[in-house]
Amino acid sequence: MTATVFVPRDSTALALGAEAVARAIAAETERRGLPLRIVRNGSRGLFWLEPLVEVATPGGRLAYGPVSAADIPGLFDAGFLSGGDHALSLGPTEEIPYLKNQQRLTFARVGRTDPLSLDDYLAHDGYRGLRRALDWNGQRIVAEVTDSGLRGRGGAAFPTGIKWQTVLEARSDRKYVVCNADEGDSGTFSDRMIMEGDPFLLIEGMTIAGLAVGATHGFIYVRSEYPQAYRVLVQALDVAEARGYLGNNLFGSGKGFHLAVRKAAGAYICGEETALLESLEGKRGIVRAKPPLPATQGLFNQPTVVNNVISLASIPVILDRGSSFYRDYGCGRSRGSLAFQLAGNIRYGGLVEKAFGATLRELLYDFGGGSASGRPIRAVQVGGPLGAYLSEAEFDTPLDYEAFAAAGAMLGHGGIVAFDDTVDMSRQARFAMEFCTIESCGKCTPCRIGSIRGMEIIDRIGAGGDGPAQVALLRDLCDVMQAGSLCAMGGLTPSPVLSALDRFPEDFGPKQRVPS
Amino acid sequence: MTTPNSPATDGIAAAIAAHRATPGPLLPILHTIQDAMGYVPPEAIPMIAQALNLSRAEVHGVVTFYHHFRQHPGGRHTVRLCRAEACQARGSETLIAHARAELGCDFHGTTADGAISLEPVFCLGHCASGPAMMIDDEPHAAVTPARFDSLIQPLRANPTEE
Ligand SMILES: Cc1cc2nc3c(=O)[nH]c(=O)nc-3n(C[C@H](O)[C@H](O)[C@H](O)COP(=O)(O)O)c2cc1C
Ligand code: SF4
Ligand code: FES
Repeated sequence: MTATVFVPRDSTALALGAEAVARAIAAETERRGLPLRIVRNGSRGLFWLEPLVEVATPGGRLAYGPVSAADIPGLFDAGFLSGGDHALSLGPTEEIPYLKNQQRLTFARVGRTDPLSLDDYLAHDGYRGLRRALDWNGQRIVAEVTDSGLRGRGGAAFPTGIKWQTVLEARSDRKYVVCNADEGDSGTFSDRMIMEGDPFLLIEGMTIAGLAVGATHGFIYVRSEYPQAYRVLVQALDVAEARGYLGNNLFGSGKGFHLAVRKAAGAYICGEETALLESLEGKRGIVRAKPPLPATQGLFNQPTVVNNVISLASIPVILDRGSSFYRDYGCGRSRGSLAFQLAGNIRYGGLVEKAFGATLRELLYDFGGGSASGRPIRAVQVGGPLGAYLSEAEFDTPLDYEAFAAAGAMLGHGGIVAFDDTVDMSRQARFAMEFCTIESCGKCTPCRIGSIRGMEIIDRIGAGGDGPAQVALLRDLCDVMQAGSLCAMGGLTPSPVLSALDRFPEDFGPKQRVPS
Repeated sequence: MTTPNSPATDGIAAAIAAHRATPGPLLPILHTIQDAMGYVPPEAIPMIAQALNLSRAEVHGVVTFYHHFRQHPGGRHTVRLCRAEACQARGSETLIAHARAELGCDFHGTTADGAISLEPVFCLGHCASGPAMMIDDEPHAAVTPARFDSLIQPLRANPTEE
């Protein structure tokens, strides 16, 4: 019997040596004359175990990890192809508590299937949402999405159904669906994992969006830092087109949808939706004033849905299982699940999809196992480079949009970055200002110039002398940036700065501290 | 077109022709040129401007706005080191200091032997496994200074092997 082995082609797995592992397995099977099928799956998102190799057995899939190429002969000797025991054995994959304790709605398939096999996708409930959508009119699809309570996963958490309603009602012969795959936030990789690990899910979600609002054309704008995601998407689009899942006549319905992938060029601000549209049009990524909203005058001045990868990838399950199924997860006004990403100085980093409402502490300790260094976790930045730093006192905050807003923070795209007690929070505040200087689109003075002044003030605080006056000046500057910026780049850069200042004031003083 | 035909201008013309009909063709054209030549040479600017009916200033403005596009030739390889927060929390500052010393150049610089250009990048999506870097299109995570040296060494040792 031909054994089946799974070796991820997710780019973090590749960055940890998965390609060499796959080659070593192929060479060893060849040497031993064994029949073997190697599937290059997505990642399960348990990154401390990558490369995580799985074998299919009659009793289900078994995991081994982290595997290096040097382990391969030993694994064969241990009979791992039929589930033999080995020092790297992790048992049945889906019984690993980290995975078992999640609620994977959007990530249900990632890591289980071959990302580029449309048949595998179909065999695992793929395209059931689109089949239902094809029987419905646009208004009914939009109503289903509105009822699900889904809010945008890109950061601003705007209700997806309401955005779609505006585009549906806009009158135009040409409308667009644009997927924001710029994923610029440090500490986030969920968009990447979907694109590399389940690309047909994103294609299906965008196609449903097109049917809902009456758009026939779509673009996926992928950051240039993700070459692997770009390659996988291009291949997946080819497969979908060849099989009639994209094009002029979806399943003979007479309805059409066309999709193209575009590569960004390394500018964080192009994740902001209007800068993204400028960039797609071939211009500099300068933020547009709103109104008009992209929903009425977006790409090439036409009504446009702009949604994050995870928002769009959550649509198929909503259509397939129904809005109430999705809405039953979560708490308060945060419905469904969020794909949290545990990153930075954390022992068990990875992707954790949970219904809204768990606490930060559960994520950091029950899933994350505390810091990777073994030292206490001192600060946590949630929601990317524009997100606030939280201290231990806030670790019991429930992970939902409103609770975070009440704590002066934001969930954003769900990135959680942990720092241990060696962190110097004035350096983190300075970095936030520096990042703003580098990535500002340049349109507003408080953002473009204010951030440079901010770095200078923090440097003066570190140099000593006149501390309280400099801190007061820094707070004033943050006020000006918050009030005088067109978009959240300049408007929210004060958030990591002020949260560091408020929660870790002891770090803002003359620099003599020698880290222990 | 005033520029006499050369392999470079032929390549630029081909890149323009390949994308001219797509909506919003400028970024795809620039990517194709840079992928082939390693940078966007000055002679590309007027050619693109003319073909797309833009001013040279507009094309130049786009090339300079985006961090990804180079206006000058770089080394044979590009090493991108992640400077963002999640990698900072895992010791990227030590790695960056090591890389600068080892390569003898700063960010946006190129090693004296022309082998490697060093560029900063803000997140590569390996934030649970930092410090992260990319050598050309190849991702690497959990990069210690020692691992950095072993990855870099073959790129410098064989300047003619391409
Ligand atoms: C500076 C800045 C950067 C942003 N970066 C991203 C990004 O990388 N990905 C993303 O989906 N949204 C990003 N956003 C949010 C988008 O502007 C927009 O809200 C989002 O694409 C809408 O999709 P959603 O409703 O599905 O979240 C960013 C916003 C700002 C102000
Ligand atoms: S706040 Fe900054 S990034 Fe946003 S529009 Fe103004 S200058 Fe551009
Ligand atoms: S912060 Fe370095 S890879 Fe994301």
